[in-house]
Amino acid sequence: MSLIEVKKISKSYGPVKAVDNVSLSIEHGEVLGLVGESGSGKSTLARMILRLIEPTAGEIVYNGIQNIRKDCQIVFQDPQTSINPRIKIGEAIAEPILIHKILPKEKIFRRVAELLTLVELPVRYAKRFPHELSGGERQRVGIARALACEPEFLILDEPVSALDVSIQVEVLKLLKEIQQKLALTYLFIAHDFSVINYMCDRVAVMHEGKMVEIGQKEQIITMPQEPYTRKLLSAVL
Amino acid sequence: MGRNKLALFGATLLSLFVLVAIFAPMIVPYDPSAILENDTLAPSAQHWFGTDDLGRDIFSRAVFGARISLTVGLVAVVISLLLGTLLGALAGYFGGWTDSLIMRFVDVMLAFPSIFLILAIQAMLTPNIYNVMVVIGLTSWMGVARLVRGEYLKIRELSYVEAAKAIGCSPARIIFRHILPNAMGPIIVAGTLGMAGAILTESSLSFLGMGVQPPMASWGNMLMDAQAYLLDAPWMAVIPGLLIFTTVLSLYFVGEGLREKVGVS
Repeated sequence: MSLIEVKKISKSYGPVKAVDNVSLSIEHGEVLGLVGESGSGKSTLARMILRLIEPTAGEIVYNGIQNIRKDCQIVFQDPQTSINPRIKIGEAIAEPILIHKILPKEKIFRRVAELLTLVELPVRYAKRFPHELSGGERQRVGIARALACEPEFLILDEPVSALDVSIQVEVLKLLKEIQQKLALTYLFIAHDFSVINYMCDRVAVMHEGKMVEIGQKEQIITMPQEPYTRKLLSAVL
Repeated sequence: MGRNKLALFGATLLSLFVLVAIFAPMIVPYDPSAILENDTLAPSAQHWFGTDDLGRDIFSRAVFGARISLTVGLVAVVISLLLGTLLGALAGYFGGWTDSLIMRFVDVMLAFPSIFLILAIQAMLTPNIYNVMVVIGLTSWMGVARLVRGEYLKIRELSYVEAAKAIGCSPARIIFRHILPNAMGPIIVAGTLGMAGAILTESSLSFLGMGVQPPMASWGNMLMDAQAYLLDAPWMAVIPGLLIFTTVLSLYFVGEGLREKVGVS
């Protein structure tokens, strides 16, 4: 049984169809890539899966997920705006643990230290404010905050596209390591095929709100069936 | 640079006034309500600011008046900030019909000329200092609500608010813990400017006899007492007038300085 089944889902904003009749299933433990140009509906689809946006039509079936707010998490594209500038790093990471009462209060600090170590940040960063950290470090904080929920499923919404190229590889490696270590399921949004190639098992291609093609990574990259996928691939160096 | 110096100047004067207000009983040479022998004495070494029509020491009354005027201003502005922030936050965060309802209420409140509204309410209540503070607070929160709503509209679109939703924060937690601290800058600026307005309103009310009641001294009712003696004892009017003017101006300087720092337009 798939972890998440998206069935004929749509989202319209007035006459504009951001997502148009999309179906896909996400399997336990896989990394599913989601590719498309900006405005193709990738982010809208991701937010509907998280129930941050309600779909106008269709349904999403969650198997083995009790609480979406805890079991499904997201890492955002821009670490400059995705972390509250007035909240210390440690408190930001502790917040989900408090809200979902995952651990008793006295054990939270140790857990925060563990999470910081997991994302390869020094534990002393817990006492710092976001503006004292670099973009790459903040993105690690975003990852730690998502992992603090102990999720089953993680959406990564172009998690490296706002970072310096030199840092992108480190963060990608970290994400891959974490996925394997914690046996997580990822929906990895990207517009860059080299990133997709490194991270994903399967790839879905979206164009103007519609699902164009979905399949194994090797198959999509070596033998794309759709002209739009070929166009996207030819844009890669 | 010029603005900064003005703000510093304003802050210094205000701190001085606040200290004077706090330590009023230790500073005054006479009981502010005591009637001394001679009325309408010109300023002299004995009576720095002269005496009023009843022969009370104007310096002592001005010092105690600072207590009243600053307290009324502060309490009124706190009430207006609490109310304005709460309603503005709800309107800005939830949007939709909550927003429409609250903002139409703001429009209705703004449509009344506030001084007449205050006078009408005061006429129904016993005019004492507590009612003055509450009534000024309840009629001056609308600007704050509009400002805070705008801040919330802007901040709620940032992805850390979305992140807070994704980890399961309740709306109350997002409104107060995640957004409010990021909207504090403009709120503090509004508070400073609002306090200037509240002090002016208190003075006008007391001047009209609907505010702080004699024998308690406020700068406003000192002005009222001075009306009949403008030519014979001009210091009776000049002293409280100057004090109101300086306090309000200082608050504006500080407010403008903060505004520039915070980057609000």
